[in-house]
Amino acid sequence: MNLQIDDKGSAILMQVQEERLDAHNSGELKTQMLKLFEDGKSNLVVDLSDVRFVDSSGLGALVSGFKNASSRNGSLKLSGLQMQVKSMFELTRLHRVFEIYNDAEEALGSF
Amino acid sequence: MATDQIEVDIKVPNQTRYLCLIGHIGENVARALKHYSGDREKLAYDLNLVLTEAMANAITHANEGDPEKKVHIEIAIVDQQLALRVYDHGQGFDISQFDLPHKPLAEHGRGVYIIHTVMDEVEYRPTDDGHVLEMKKNL
Repeated sequence: MNLQIDDKGSAILMQVQEERLDAHNSGELKTQMLKLFEDGKSNLVVDLSDVRFVDSSGLGALVSGFKNASSRNGSLKLSGLQMQVKSMFELTRLHRVFEIYNDAEEALGSF
Repeated sequence: MATDQIEVDIKVPNQTRYLCLIGHIGENVARALKHYSGDREKLAYDLNLVLTEAMANAITHANEGDPEKKVHIEIAIVDQQLALRVYDHGQGFDISQFDLPHKPLAEHGRGVYIIHTVMDEVEYRPTDDGHVLEMKKNL
């Protein structure tokens, strides 16, 4: 999975540079997030600007990260959702769970 | 009334790397329809989505991740009804859970809900050597 990870001070920015976040690659996102938590990081922004398609496994990986961040008194926030990806969060009512920002800069500024 | 008559029949190895291929075929079927007056890009996304969800279920739950097994997929459009069929060769999986998981932070359990929400009819039944998940949508 192409994943760009940068420490932006207030939070870690993870840019998912894939067209799809699905049952094939979501496990890798989960593993990368766990590594960051184990390194003591707890504030993450996952930027999905490049992601055109997400399935229930992709959503599950993000929920996993959200729970891990919260249990460490941190937060996982999302940015850059394309229209149809946003619809998936609405369909599964996960838009009520995540803080969702228009772009990564706005999400980073919220910490 | 003019209708589209399309049939696609494909078998791929029981591996998640082929989800993308099958999803894209679903999208391209939606884009190729001559006679569809609805939101074509939404239909394209939805077909990609339900094929991905159904195939991922077949791979991980029914075929138990065995890479030697195959997943067989049919896409057929007859008389303004689209039917997707995903065949597996395993013991099957539970599709009775129509609702979203009770716990909003559950990590699993949304796939079947998504299929039921997007499609008009969903049936999972045994075949000679496994099961088929049949999902229909009126166009």
